[in-house]
Amino acid sequence: MAEISIRNVAKRFGDFTALDSIDLTVADREFMVLLGASGCGKTTLLRIIAGLETPSEGEVWIGSRRVDHLPPRQRGIAMVFQNYAVFPHLTVFENIAFGLRMQKLPEAEIKRRVGRTAELMHIGQLLKRYSGQLSGGQRQRVAVARAMAMEPDVILMDEPLSNLDALLRLEMRAELKGVLAESKTTTIYVTHDQVEAMSLADRIAVMDKGRIVQAERPIEVYRNPAARFVGSFIGNPPMNFLPARKADNGAWRVAGVTFEGPASERDEIAFAIRPEDLAPADDGLPAEVRVVEPLGPHMLVTCDVEGQLFRAVLDSDIDLSRGDLLRLAPAPERIRWFDPETEQSLRMH
Amino acid sequence: MEQRVLPYLLLLPATLFLCVFFIYPFLLVAWQAFSEGGSFTLEHFQTMAGHWKFSTAFWNTMLLALAVVPVQIALALLMATLVTRMGSGRDLILYIWTIPLGISDLAAGIIWLAIFEQTGFLNSMLAGLGIIEQPITWLSYQNKSTIFLAVVLAEIWRATAIVLVILVAGMGLIPKEYYEAAEVFGAGPWKRFVRITLPMLRPSLQTALILRTILAFEVFAVVMALGGTNLPVLMGETYVWQFDLQDRNVAAAYALVILGISIAFTLVFLRTLRVPREAQP
Repeated sequence: MAEISIRNVAKRFGDFTALDSIDLTVADREFMVLLGASGCGKTTLLRIIAGLETPSEGEVWIGSRRVDHLPPRQRGIAMVFQNYAVFPHLTVFENIAFGLRMQKLPEAEIKRRVGRTAELMHIGQLLKRYSGQLSGGQRQRVAVARAMAMEPDVILMDEPLSNLDALLRLEMRAELKGVLAESKTTTIYVTHDQVEAMSLADRIAVMDKGRIVQAERPIEVYRNPAARFVGSFIGNPPMNFLPARKADNGAWRVAGVTFEGPASERDEIAFAIRPEDLAPADDGLPAEVRVVEPLGPHMLVTCDVEGQLFRAVLDSDIDLSRGDLLRLAPAPERIRWFDPETEQSLRMH
Repeated sequence: MEQRVLPYLLLLPATLFLCVFFIYPFLLVAWQAFSEGGSFTLEHFQTMAGHWKFSTAFWNTMLLALAVVPVQIALALLMATLVTRMGSGRDLILYIWTIPLGISDLAAGIIWLAIFEQTGFLNSMLAGLGIIEQPITWLSYQNKSTIFLAVVLAEIWRATAIVLVILVAGMGLIPKEYYEAAEVFGAGPWKRFVRITLPMLRPSLQTALILRTILAFEVFAVVMALGGTNLPVLMGETYVWQFDLQDRNVAAAYALVILGISIAFTLVFLRTLRVPREAQP
């Protein structure tokens, strides 16, 4: 059992608050992705769990042990670093065996585990090589194998794919998912790449300015952003936002069209819709086409709705060009609302 | 055409400098050591080796190097580790520790003479504490082992800093991530030192060892200050033959012996501490 529990963790560097009262529980064998833009504190949080950074306050628990005062080597974790940190003076075999030798395992067991994980990561033929003789992708595999060989309760990954080129990243992503699904470890994975997060995670914790904004299943995070930031950060292109003014009977007027909406004290709230949840219809929002980008299966249309930037992903067989006037109707069940002050999601009753 | 000539043209000044100031004098010295009246001879080497002081000087030099260099490396490793881990004040400590580098070796010898001589600090201190009643003549010819020890101490005090500087620079080049990885994968401080620092410091250790060993074979002024001729060393004998006995040829032979030992040890260090190309970062 290796449930990870982070309780009220904060980290301050002088006046700068990198992490602000983080509470997060990662279930045993769960794949949790920490997602956020650079500087949001996701790597700091990972390093606090690893023990490479000490929290200014709060507690970190792994399983039934409180670990925030323990050095990294006593936490039962393994880690994959962004720059791999494959030791240049050791062969691939010795790199993978490093942690096992530190545990003073018998030689036969070391051989068995190194062989098995090397096979798993498809680097069995590279065991005698040095890091300098490997490609970036192979080094990445060594770094993952070194972590897997430990058969740890917890694997921490710090942007492990960010230094690979696009094609290799895609390949490694699928492979990592397969390998980690088979192992019985709890994984915390840091990335700034939302596609990576969506494809790998059991749950995504979206971070912004040192806080966790939302920690839910990927589809939840995508469909029901807890805050405006999540909607604007996740999705490519991101969510569209328009101001909605209070009308009669608890309805809201958006660009001259009336929608049923949540109850709110405010006179103006934010209306949000994802670009792919729009379709041309006579009673839709009035939009003037600015840019049309055909992308094969669909096309991305950038419009102007009441002076706001507004994007729609439409069928590629619609004939559109710059300056056309268009009416775009949002799918009613996909409309989301946000409070303009707190930026939190407003739920329909 | 010009592209081909240019590199050689740029190398020319340095080559000329080397030829005029190093290779030519070296050839002169070598010729002096191997010739008598214009013809080749080994006579000067026989004179040198036949003199009773030669083997004493040879072994004293070797023993001094053996006693001094390993201690210096170990001490410098410890000091470099401490300095590297420091946050603020690191530069200040480094400057203080490197002060002896700025003192000439003769001055360093005289400083330690002031400590060890009959009316020196050590005797006054011991007498002051009531441990001795009569001052002890530490550096007399009857006390060769204390002379040796004094030279070792003075040399360690004087020249450890150069090793320190090289090792601090080398440690600074080891990326922090390797230590973090080692730590996560179970290595405590000592294991990290042995498994990460030492192997990755090999190029710096090599440089430091070569430099220090060559300098240790050339030890002279400190020995002169503390032991005079009571502790003969190779460089001292070279001086004696050149200026006291006025025999340039034997002095040249001594110089060549020192050169030969230096080259031999350099080759050994180059070979044993070589980092294979594939294992380079």
